[in-house]
Amino acid sequence: MKKIGLIVNPIAGMGGAVGLKGTDGIHTLEKALALGATPRAPQRAREALEALFKCINVDSLFYTCPQDMGENLLKVYTKNYKLAFPKFKGELSSSLDTIEAAKLMKECKVDLILFAGGDGTARDICSAIGLDVPVLGIPSGVKIHSAAFAVTPAKAGELAAKFLSGKVRNLKESEVMDIDEEAYRAGEVKARLFGYLLIPWERNKIQSRKAGTMPSERAIQQAIAEEVVTNMEEGTLYLLGPGTTVKAIGDRLGIEKSLLGVDGVLDGSLIGKDLIEKEILKLVEQHKKVKVIVSPIGGQGYILGRGNLQLSPRVIRRVAKENIIIVSTPQKIASLHGSPLLVDSGDANLDKSMRGVYPVITGYRERMMYRVEA
Amino acid sequence: MGMNMETKLRDFHQARWDEPIIYELSREGERGILIPEVDEVMRYPDEGLEEIPQELRREAPPNLPEMGQMRVLRHYLRLSQENLGADLNIDIGQGTCTMKYSPKINDQLAANPKVSELHPFQSQETVQGLLKMMYETEQYLRGISGMDRFSLHPGGGSHAIFTIASIVRAWVDSRGESDKRDEIITTIFSHPSNAAASKLKGFKVITIYPGPDGRPDIEALKAAVSERTAALFITNPEDIGIYNSRIKEFTDIVHSVGGLCSYDQANLNGIMGLTRAREAGFDLCFYNLHKTFSSPHGCGGPGGGVVGVTEELAQFLPVPLVSFDETTGKYFLDYDVPNTIGKVKDFYGVVPVILRAYAWIRSLGEEGLKEAAKVALLNNNYIFKKILDIKGASAPYAEGELRMEQVRYSWEKLYKDTGVTTTDIQNRMFDFGVHYWTSHEPWIVPEPFTIEPTESYSKDELDEFIAILKHVANEAYTNPEIVKTAPHKSVIHHIDHDYLDDPEKWAITWRAYKKKYTGYFEPRKNRDE
Repeated sequence: MKKIGLIVNPIAGMGGAVGLKGTDGIHTLEKALALGATPRAPQRAREALEALFKCINVDSLFYTCPQDMGENLLKVYTKNYKLAFPKFKGELSSSLDTIEAAKLMKECKVDLILFAGGDGTARDICSAIGLDVPVLGIPSGVKIHSAAFAVTPAKAGELAAKFLSGKVRNLKESEVMDIDEEAYRAGEVKARLFGYLLIPWERNKIQSRKAGTMPSERAIQQAIAEEVVTNMEEGTLYLLGPGTTVKAIGDRLGIEKSLLGVDGVLDGSLIGKDLIEKEILKLVEQHKKVKVIVSPIGGQGYILGRGNLQLSPRVIRRVAKENIIIVSTPQKIASLHGSPLLVDSGDANLDKSMRGVYPVITGYRERMMYRVEA
Repeated sequence: MGMNMETKLRDFHQARWDEPIIYELSREGERGILIPEVDEVMRYPDEGLEEIPQELRREAPPNLPEMGQMRVLRHYLRLSQENLGADLNIDIGQGTCTMKYSPKINDQLAANPKVSELHPFQSQETVQGLLKMMYETEQYLRGISGMDRFSLHPGGGSHAIFTIASIVRAWVDSRGESDKRDEIITTIFSHPSNAAASKLKGFKVITIYPGPDGRPDIEALKAAVSERTAALFITNPEDIGIYNSRIKEFTDIVHSVGGLCSYDQANLNGIMGLTRAREAGFDLCFYNLHKTFSSPHGCGGPGGGVVGVTEELAQFLPVPLVSFDETTGKYFLDYDVPNTIGKVKDFYGVVPVILRAYAWIRSLGEEGLKEAAKVALLNNNYIFKKILDIKGASAPYAEGELRMEQVRYSWEKLYKDTGVTTTDIQNRMFDFGVHYWTSHEPWIVPEPFTIEPTESYSKDELDEFIAILKHVANEAYTNPEIVKTAPHKSVIHHIDHDYLDDPEKWAITWRAYKKKYTGYFEPRKNRDE
């Protein structure tokens, strides 16, 4: 018997068609409704369920939320479901219900939470359960910058079915990105790394054995950390950027590196955690030799300007480009399909001066030469 | 009824025998041959036995399968029917592997008792013919490459790369630069063994990505080289099939910092006889005799990965070489290699493989070899154009340029349009009696597949393969379910690779299988449910 959670954010995606770039916040929703927006998530969730029920071949029990947060859709397909809670906290469903549902589903020990929504929904679920339960997003929102979503709703359904029947067993930590919607409406993209969710990950069905088995992402991150730590110099301040690849360096040093923040490390010790720009500049002033360690965030390959705005143009100018150490798993570089790494620090002149070929540490005693463009 | 000659699609179905492992078929006491009883003295010889240390003596006989002849024959025939071998299908989908025809006459030569009954320890006087064959093979390889000496020892391509990495290691050490020159540069589209062997020999590995034109980024190479550079390990054309005409600049850059250059020519098929490693500035190179030189791949071995080097590096080659003594007029095994890296393989190389390559080279001659390469190029560019006409297919990099002997294609558009992946297409191809290979991981080209038609296939056969590919791509648009749920007519529907990926579960011997079977594997009857 497999247990599956289903959470639908019924208003996700409504802002997109009417040009609102998201529906975070109740006022935006009202505006969207006034502009004649219609719900998008239910249809997307329906496509996913269609595929799921077509493929699934194991006994399953669903946990879902009342009304348009799941029950209305699910009851068409099955009677085997329970409600996580009987009714919404408010009159209409809200993000509080999403968080509550995710928490309750975790308590019920579900095998997978399938959710329909966008970055905001992923963020809510991430804040509720973190990496405790595998999840999979049905892409339904306006903003999909997070890596926790399947490519299409139907793919989400298929992948969920395969995961539940044991055909897909790998899980990977995927970034939950969050864009400041206010800034986004004003024309700026400021993505922030919010956290990580655990999603099922399908390897190729028939893989050439010629190339051998790739080591796990975790093992590669540890190899990268070993390489970085082996070459760390005494008396040099290291500013460790956000992300799991950089965090593995903290793990190797035995320090509590913040996952999403920029931390300062000197001679193997943590001397500043989750630093803001001002604090970073102060530390940089105090040390003669400074190196910054960054990793590309998400699928687009940004090494600066996405998820690490604390490393501001002023910081980067002070540190100088030859002291930037880029670390990445080879898979992440491969997922760029040849596109360059990118910088978008907010200072066009600085970005331009950063262009060039950089060594990227991709393993123990391994590096790639890769282009950085502005 | 034969296949429909208009659609060129066969109503194919592969045999499915559900054949057990041979040990499961074994019955105690069953025999293939009943040999005459021997007397007591023969059965329990006293002499000699005491020289074998006690701990090396076997107390129980080996656990070998016990079966009658007919059952053995059926077992292996059934397994062979569950294969899509090079002699059975239009084997052009295994790109990078150069699956050309291996003339049967060459197999007969290799199987001839005059060859197969030779012993590696017999007197060199008695194998002058064989030594002459090996010596002449080396002369031909020298002519094809421009290199000065060859070792015929390595049993495959990765083994050849390992030999080359060992030579580079010995060269660095002999110059007292062991601590200084510790980096080897390779490219992402060169075979991954170039990186692996370098690591194994203690080098750091730097990998170069292609620029937008699909050639390795020369600026990246310039940024990568330094006094730490021991060598460049590079392929050309790379797996994507694009020729790097600036290859001499690459070797010049590496030589300018004092490093060596090794040419991965496992697959030489696009440039055989047309360009040489020597003129491209290389110090080392290797060929897979089981690719370009037509010896069969042998199901993972034995093959032949012959390594060529310049005069300067000949002092490091494995021993023995085969040399010719002009004063005595005899061929001999030559151990006089002053700084040899030693042995990389037992004895002198895989003789049947070398013999097949020798026969192939002799039968074609210089013009024939060049012709083979040119036909391979022509075949490939014919199929290249046909595949680009298929909806959903593309060939990344260097748009509008012709390709060499193979192409790495992408189903990226087809995937975006239909959700059908390259592995889905791969699985559906089995239903028509052919197959294709995707590419090495990681997949830099999205949803990749790699096709290499070689010179062996006729236009009709290329057209049949294309027709199947086109039909399946069309199905992806019109009936994606049939593609996603494929194969429908193959031996087995889905191979669970988890057992191969998990050290706790994999079993490469029957003994390991039995041990883990009770611990980790579900009983057979449940496993198949």
